[in-house]
Amino acid sequence: MSWIRKNLVVIAGLLTLAYMILPNVVVMVFSFNKPNGRFNYSWQQFSLDAWKDPCGVADMCESLTLSLQLAAWSTVGAVVLGTMIAFALVRYRFRARGAINSLIFLPMAMPEVVMAASLLTLFLNMGIELGFWTVLIAHIMFCLSFVVTAVKARVMSMDPRLEEAARDLYAGPAQTFLRVTLPIAAPGIAAGALLAFALSFDDFIITNFNAGSTVTFPMFVWGSAQRGTPVQINVIGTAMFVLAVLMVVAGQIITNRRKKTATA
Amino acid sequence: MTTTLTKEAAPGPVEEPVLRKPPTRKRLVPYWLLLPGILWLLVFFALPLVYQASTSVQTGSLEEGFQVTWHFQTYVDAFTEYWPQLLRSLLYAGTATALCLLLGYPLAYLIAFKAGRWRNLLLVLVIAPFFTSFLIRTLAWKTILADDSLVVDALNALHVLDVTSWLGWTEGERVLATPMAVVCGLTYNFLPFMILPLYTSLERIDGRLHEAAQDLYASPATTFRKVTFPLSMPGVVSGTLLTFIPASGDYVNAELLGSTDTKMIGNVIQSQFLRVLDYPTAAALSFILMAIVLLMVTVYIRKAGTEDLV
Amino acid sequence: MTDKTTGGDVRLTGISKTYGSFTAVHPLDLTIPQGSFFALLGASGCGKTTTLRMIAGLEDPSSGTVFLGDRDVTDLPPYKRPVNTVFQSYALFPHMDISENIAFGLRRRGIKSVKKQVDDMLELVQLGDKARHKPHQLSGGQQQRVAVARALINHPQVLLLDEPLGALDLKLRRQMQLELKRIQTEVGITFVHVTHDQEEAMTMADQVAVMNGGRVEQLGAPADLYENPRTTFVANFLGTSNLIEAEVVETGSEVVVTAGGGRLRVPGDRCTDAVRQGGKLLVGVRPEKISLTHADDAGAIADGRNQVTGRIADSSFIGVSTQYVVNSPAGAELQVYEQNIERDARLRPGAEVVLHWNPAHTFGLDATQDIDAGVETVEDAS
Repeated sequence: MSWIRKNLVVIAGLLTLAYMILPNVVVMVFSFNKPNGRFNYSWQQFSLDAWKDPCGVADMCESLTLSLQLAAWSTVGAVVLGTMIAFALVRYRFRARGAINSLIFLPMAMPEVVMAASLLTLFLNMGIELGFWTVLIAHIMFCLSFVVTAVKARVMSMDPRLEEAARDLYAGPAQTFLRVTLPIAAPGIAAGALLAFALSFDDFIITNFNAGSTVTFPMFVWGSAQRGTPVQINVIGTAMFVLAVLMVVAGQIITNRRKKTATA
Repeated sequence: MTTTLTKEAAPGPVEEPVLRKPPTRKRLVPYWLLLPGILWLLVFFALPLVYQASTSVQTGSLEEGFQVTWHFQTYVDAFTEYWPQLLRSLLYAGTATALCLLLGYPLAYLIAFKAGRWRNLLLVLVIAPFFTSFLIRTLAWKTILADDSLVVDALNALHVLDVTSWLGWTEGERVLATPMAVVCGLTYNFLPFMILPLYTSLERIDGRLHEAAQDLYASPATTFRKVTFPLSMPGVVSGTLLTFIPASGDYVNAELLGSTDTKMIGNVIQSQFLRVLDYPTAAALSFILMAIVLLMVTVYIRKAGTEDLV
Repeated sequence: MTDKTTGGDVRLTGISKTYGSFTAVHPLDLTIPQGSFFALLGASGCGKTTTLRMIAGLEDPSSGTVFLGDRDVTDLPPYKRPVNTVFQSYALFPHMDISENIAFGLRRRGIKSVKKQVDDMLELVQLGDKARHKPHQLSGGQQQRVAVARALINHPQVLLLDEPLGALDLKLRRQMQLELKRIQTEVGITFVHVTHDQEEAMTMADQVAVMNGGRVEQLGAPADLYENPRTTFVANFLGTSNLIEAEVVETGSEVVVTAGGGRLRVPGDRCTDAVRQGGKLLVGVRPEKISLTHADDAGAIADGRNQVTGRIADSSFIGVSTQYVVNSPAGAELQVYEQNIERDARLRPGAEVVLHWNPAHTFGLDATQDIDAGVETVEDAS
């Protein structure tokens, strides 16, 4: 009993972790299922069919490609615009700072459905045709604030004397930015980019409002939840999960090795 | 050695120094940096809100077009008709937020202070689910909470469901399509948004503070109450906001895991906008939701005394 | 006046810096001779760093001109000035290794083959084996030397050092002071050194400008500043001074004053110009110039010395010397440093004593100044 009391935090924490991981385990297990009907909700029998033919479902892989493209372009857009804002906020004094800070904060403090609906109102009123471009615009909009926050944190912790040192050592403004500012701000920018990619790739609510007949991967999953869920969805979900974990582990190993050689 | 010395500058007749102004180009740099991004937010975030404000006071129909008639009655009608869903949204989101804090804090604490060399692995496990689309994971809950699934059977055997149905959270021996399923899904979906800020602020706490507190006669429980928890407040504040705000407007969990009796305000806005095509009502409802959330957030931030969200 | 070429002097004329309504540096004229080791000394916020940054080009002056030799460089950006800086806390680029850091300036000027020069520079600062290390793997002293090497490799006309030793512990600081002095003698470049540490300034510099409140209070060689302070700030900031408020009785080549009932003599040429009969004067003497004799032996004191009676309030044994605090009618808490050669056992707290010194070591300052200006308080001691 006293052991339990002593390790209460550990036990509670691990239970939460189990709660968080459970759905992924289910997704993985059910990627080997051979469902009876159109829905993949109850276990029938083991099968590798879906893994052998991941793109065997009409339109699914197209939607996946579209989502990846969208995420990539949204990331580029949000990172470029967001980094510029972050630098301006940290490094310069200017008018209307408070208003600009609120404008950046508000999208994060707004339920998605409100932004989704109002953006749709704008597009309808302007007579803009819904599709890839409207979704891209929306994604850059809601990723922007998160990028600003991530990059700002990094730039704030950056010693401004480093850039002064570069200028002092004959580096012009462009050289200073490329050789010193950018490499040092890189971790913050990378964090912002990762966040933007993940937010855009996984977004459903705003996309659903503004996509028109364009179908992203989350929208495909949503649609199939009404019509019937192909096992391939689980295959994609599992593959991305495994891929991501492998990438993180590989990255960790590489940095560890680098650290070792550096100190040797 | 050297003979060149200084005098202090002109003490006699004070010469008005010729002031140099920094070049205009330099002063404009921040504005050029801000321009594209801020313009983007103004056009695609702020302007849409204006459009929506105008839509919310329009009347008309899809066929004949909508006209601004300053018809504020829409707000009254929308609120009268949909206040149960609105209340339900705040209730579900609030419950989910409280559960996230309750479940997330031990895990964040575990990772920050007790994980040792497992810390990175645990962090990866917290973040990893993100990489599977949240819709797929939410659908998995349909399997987990299905009638006669392992979890539901276990809850039944332990008579947990008797209690929860008496409370009105579940119905009979079912979990799916009940409020509990929706709250469970919301909690699950937004847990990482609670854990990560909590972890960040816990990790910043100097371990020696715990030792100092214990050295000054504080028991572990008192140490937590008087030292650890107050210092993790920034994480608690941003975590609860990052959980509550999206949860209050969510409609995916209610749609996939709930029933017609668990519809949230998000579901209403979505169907008014995309199916019923009653734009004024949908716009009015969005504004009501936005106003409530912003009000709560402002009051909360004031009370918690922090200005930073993330 | 001097046969040295003035072609490389740094000349500041009427230079000032204001931030809004705050004036960091009042219009200032200053000439820093080529090849000298020049120190800007003052407490934090006195404008010394701002002055340095205006020479570097990192700060645009609000008025005035910066000349390097005969060239007006006021409008040149820092990357076009033949001036390099060793920054406070070094500002080494964390993402580059040591040799990349050192080669940075040469590379930016388009010089391709830098290896030889970098190696020579690493040799000069004795870090040959650390070329491939990252800055964070080096100790504070090593980082400091890298910062110096990174600047010196460019053969600047002037090297600016902004509190370069502030982050080091005392022992290492002493060592680096000598090291920097050695390098300066070796390369012969003008060094402009900003510091708040008066001992550091006096050890290293040929010329020291003492700054206070955005103005230069006094400029000169260290010994000259120490022996002939012209303001109470300089008297108190450089070492310790005993300042006694006195009334002028006689003027002339020897000024006679009364303080606490006794008469003191001050050489006329060491007094402020404003001395007049019946006026006030602040009489100063350094603690180490004073001798201490027990009151019982007062008769043995040679004639012609300035004398003040008092009672020992406190004494502390330092090793090479003993420091006494003496209360006297002439002034409270007079400081006396006695060499520990022949210690008089009677000189204990409570003992009645006579303080006496050679009148030539006395200086007189304008009495309208704040007597405590420049006294180091606990907060700014670092």
